[in-house]
Amino acid sequence: MIFSIIVQAPPVQSQGAETALRFTRAVLAAGHQVHRVFFYRDGIHNGTDLASHPQDESSLPAQWQALAQEHNLDLVVCIAAAVRRGIVNEGEAKRYHHEHWNLAPGFELSGLGQLVDTCLQADRVVTFGGRS
Amino acid sequence: MSTHRFLVMTRSAPYGTSAARDALETALTCSVFEQPVTLLFLDDGVFQLLKGQAPASIEQKNLNAMQQSLPLYDIERLYVSKRALELRGLSAADLILPVELIDDAALPALLAQHDTVLSI
Repeated sequence: MIFSIIVQAPPVQSQGAETALRFTRAVLAAGHQVHRVFFYRDGIHNGTDLASHPQDESSLPAQWQALAQEHNLDLVVCIAAAVRRGIVNEGEAKRYHHEHWNLAPGFELSGLGQLVDTCLQADRVVTFGGRS
Repeated sequence: MSTHRFLVMTRSAPYGTSAARDALETALTCSVFEQPVTLLFLDDGVFQLLKGQAPASIEQKNLNAMQQSLPLYDIERLYVSKRALELRGLSAADLILPVELIDDAALPALLAQHDTVLSI
């Protein structure tokens, strides 16, 4: 079965993003496919390259990257949500005249159309962190 | 592109979080991709459709303007929880657009009519 995962929860303040990560791992472990993980709303903070965690904790952005690398996952961050919240890649940084950028490698900025597209491709769409 | 029925389900008040705006953006995007989309308002989400909103004093854009563009995007299926509306002392006449009131018991059937349910 083909799954699409939509993450609206930020990495630290709520558990939604961690649950999404574990769910994605479980889907893959059960032999299903993940068409795309789409990060929307505060979920875009999962795509930061600048999060630092205490040694006895793990960084969610790093775990997404590792999982994506292992399974060739498409990690897409909503560009409108990200630019508003200050998560940008080099291209967007230049467009908005910022000197720095912070989108982690392995994540890609794209439009909300990619959310609609992944729903069209999937047998199951699961959202995490809605309702707030 | 195949036709896919989307349901965007929203439960949050119009201001205080970005949920109402984000749900509308998602519904409009579905429509731009020529997919039929239904909006479902539950709990405090019923306040989103209230007429006469004046959020300028909290420096927010008025949602009513965006909502009034929904028919232009062919988004005309708006469902509102009858019980949520009544519990808040409201009726369909207080809302900015024509809606269908839905009983809680009918919600599973409504969800089952759609291919994807997005809760925002």
